[in-house]
Amino acid sequence: MSVTVSADAVPRLGRGVRMRYDKARDRYVLLLPETVVVLNATGAAILELCDGARTVDGIVAALRERYGEVPPEQVHAYLAKLVERRHVEMTHEH
Amino acid sequence: MSTEIPEGPLGLLAELTYRCPLACAYCSNPIEIAAYRDELSTADWQRVVSEAAELGALQCHLSGGEPLLRRDLAQIVATARDQGLYTNLVTSALGFTEARAAELHDAGLDHVQVSLQADEPTLSDRIAGTPSFDRKLEAARRVRELGWPLTLNVVLHRQNIDRVDRVLAAAEDLGADRIELANTQYYGWAWRNRAALLPSREQLAAAEVTVRAAKERLRGRMEIIYVVPDYYATYPKPCMGGWGARQLVVVPTGDAMPCLAAHELPLPRANVREASLEWIWRDSPMFTAFRGTDWMPDPCASCSRREVDLGGCRCQAFALTGDATRTDPVCHLSPDHHLVEAAVEEANEASTRTDLPLVARPHA
Ligand SMILES: C[S@@+](CC[C@H](N)C(=O)[O-])C[C@H]1O[C@@H](n2cnc3c(N)ncnc32)[C@H](O)[C@@H]1O
Ligand code: SF4
Ligand code: SF4
Repeated sequence: MSVTVSADAVPRLGRGVRMRYDKARDRYVLLLPETVVVLNATGAAILELCDGARTVDGIVAALRERYGEVPPEQVHAYLAKLVERRHVEMTHEH
Repeated sequence: MSTEIPEGPLGLLAELTYRCPLACAYCSNPIEIAAYRDELSTADWQRVVSEAAELGALQCHLSGGEPLLRRDLAQIVATARDQGLYTNLVTSALGFTEARAAELHDAGLDHVQVSLQADEPTLSDRIAGTPSFDRKLEAARRVRELGWPLTLNVVLHRQNIDRVDRVLAAAEDLGADRIELANTQYYGWAWRNRAALLPSREQLAAAEVTVRAAKERLRGRMEIIYVVPDYYATYPKPCMGGWGARQLVVVPTGDAMPCLAAHELPLPRANVREASLEWIWRDSPMFTAFRGTDWMPDPCASCSRREVDLGGCRCQAFALTGDATRTDPVCHLSPDHHLVEAAVEEANEASTRTDLPLVARPHA
């Protein structure tokens, strides 16, 4: 089963998933009951924007504003991977 | 460089009390439960949680015994949350009343893991030594109603492993997000009950087929974590991710240890009533004894897997051989492997009975 991400879906962290800065190790992490997922800078930037209000398109636009050119496929693929692992949930508005 | 001190623990396992309304024969709690009555105070636990967070811990597992028996559980959760820790309640769910659940929710509890003994009341209550199944289901539903994800934990053994398909169906009915099927680790009361708990090869093979199919079928809906039975494995597991490498366990009386089964190891105690967590983690003999790979004897010392499984479990080596420095006898390269083979042979020869008598652990 592979997940496809639509541009107008609204992502947010899955239930029971929390993101935070890990000061001791200078990195961003996702916290789950039995796991700590270490995020790279791109991942952290994407997930910070998954606030349950922005659409996937909105996230791509916000990233562009901050970092210049951002390939939407890359954002879609990243989110799809996290949805499959249930670290991220999508709600579809309308 | 092999004994470099790791950058602080990732997780704190706080075993708040060993008291419990249940009496599971597979319980990993120590045999001498009565020796742990002098429990840490609320303020002690709040200090332990804060010191762990300062050391770099990101997660706090609240377990026991039954952690809900501590009236101050929500206070401890609130402190852990204040420190940014991810808080996970590991519970039998007895005592998870509506009021307690709401109080914990308000305190910011992140996650609840409920253990079940089987998929139906008769067997579940027999294994638990106490009528409890119906209340567990009710509590599991409450977890979901309050918006927490639901993780179930079922310890697998000879007496319930044949029902793994029905266990999975029950988990689906409850709307679980995740189920851990954990083959029994032979610590504490499970060690005492080993002969009645160790499954046969045939039982395991059948269960593994079922689990594999269910994983496929439920992918994306319910996550299934299957913890392999290490008596049947070729290599041991890297216990706790390495001794004093990732996890910090504090028991009800304040002893700190790298593994929840380390109670009986012949190492000097390290207690949070007497020392800072930082000293305990970095320098105490309890934590440095088996850190890294320098302590290893052969065959581990010269083995290419020594950084992979770190020589296996020290507590298991001690339980089986009386010497914590030996290679985990689960490893087929261990000179003591025959001890595991003998237990396995017994489980496969003696009889096909799956209802051998169990010794219930005491409640306190
Ligand atoms: C010792 S219990 C304490 C918390 C609570 N009383 C409960 O049973 O859920 C902690 C967790 O370890 C599991 N467990 C207990 N004994 C075990 C054993 N011998 N091997 C593997 N897991 C075990 C339980 O199912 C539970 O999920
Ligand atoms: S007796 Fe059962 S419920 Fe109680 S602590 Fe042990 S495993 Fe948990
Ligand atoms: S000999 Fe030691 S290091 Fe090698 S596989 Fe066995 S337990 Fe692991």
